[in-house]
Amino acid sequence: MQKDYFKDLSEIKDLMNKSSRFISLSGLSGILAGSYALIGAGIAYLYILPSDVTIDHSANDSMIIYYLIVDLILIAALSIFSAIILTIKRAKSNEEKIWDATTQRLLLNFLIPLVAGGIYILIQAYQQNYSLSPALMLIFYGLALVNASKFTIGNVKYLGYSELILGLICAAFSGYGLYFWALGFGVLHIVYGALMLREEKRQ
Amino acid sequence: MSIIDNINKLFDHRIRLGIMSILMVNEKVNFKRLKELLEVTDGNLASHIKALEKSEYIVVEKSFIDRKPNTQYGATKLGRAAFKKHIEALENIIKRQMK
Repeated sequence: MQKDYFKDLSEIKDLMNKSSRFISLSGLSGILAGSYALIGAGIAYLYILPSDVTIDHSANDSMIIYYLIVDLILIAALSIFSAIILTIKRAKSNEEKIWDATTQRLLLNFLIPLVAGGIYILIQAYQQNYSLSPALMLIFYGLALVNASKFTIGNVKYLGYSELILGLICAAFSGYGLYFWALGFGVLHIVYGALMLREEKRQ
Repeated sequence: MSIIDNINKLFDHRIRLGIMSILMVNEKVNFKRLKELLEVTDGNLASHIKALEKSEYIVVEKSFIDRKPNTQYGATKLGRAAFKKHIEALENIIKRQMK
């Protein structure tokens, strides 16, 4: 009798988890995304951004913005591409389905804050307000992660909170945007990925 | 009143309990998805859904997506309350037996 009820409860829990939580991203995709971000930030620091802010750069300002956007798109595209490839690979080996109702909800919840934020940043950038862009990217990315974390297993929520806090600090210290950006999108992703990887190996 | 009174007969079946568990954490779920998660046949699932529907524990919403019928299920307030009561009863029984 007792065993049956125990089984009932564990089955309920199992079904609730399986039906509402999407398989989490692998640790490796976090490490890769973080590495791309660091390389991208390095390229921006060395080749794109003016080394001396006292010189008047207004003449080639639009070129700088153009290169920065290309740099950002490359980082984002590479990160998304590796995450998709690694997730598909892992789901296949675990015989899990990837494209189901849970994944769709996860993506929707992730994209709503991210797209809204992205559009807002672009509108601001169009009006030549770039100084807060790194902070806003971190804040909206953090919100997107926290929002999506309801549908995932793991500690995505804490990564989201960390990005969010970092973004707010970044907003208070203008002029250090690139460093905070590299810390948030680079270092935090690598730390998160490494922690996830350790957990995956343990299982 | 004994604790057993709170055990819901309707949930005393693996598939019905499963359907309800899924609907507790998902607002709307379609037939195909339920079938996938519970690993049961169409007929089997349909009969258990009927039973839950009859007791007004779940609601059925029929619609069309690209002219294909898409039936979605959701838990009612009554169903949610009944499920919670059932879980509490299960927990109580286990607690008693552990003593």
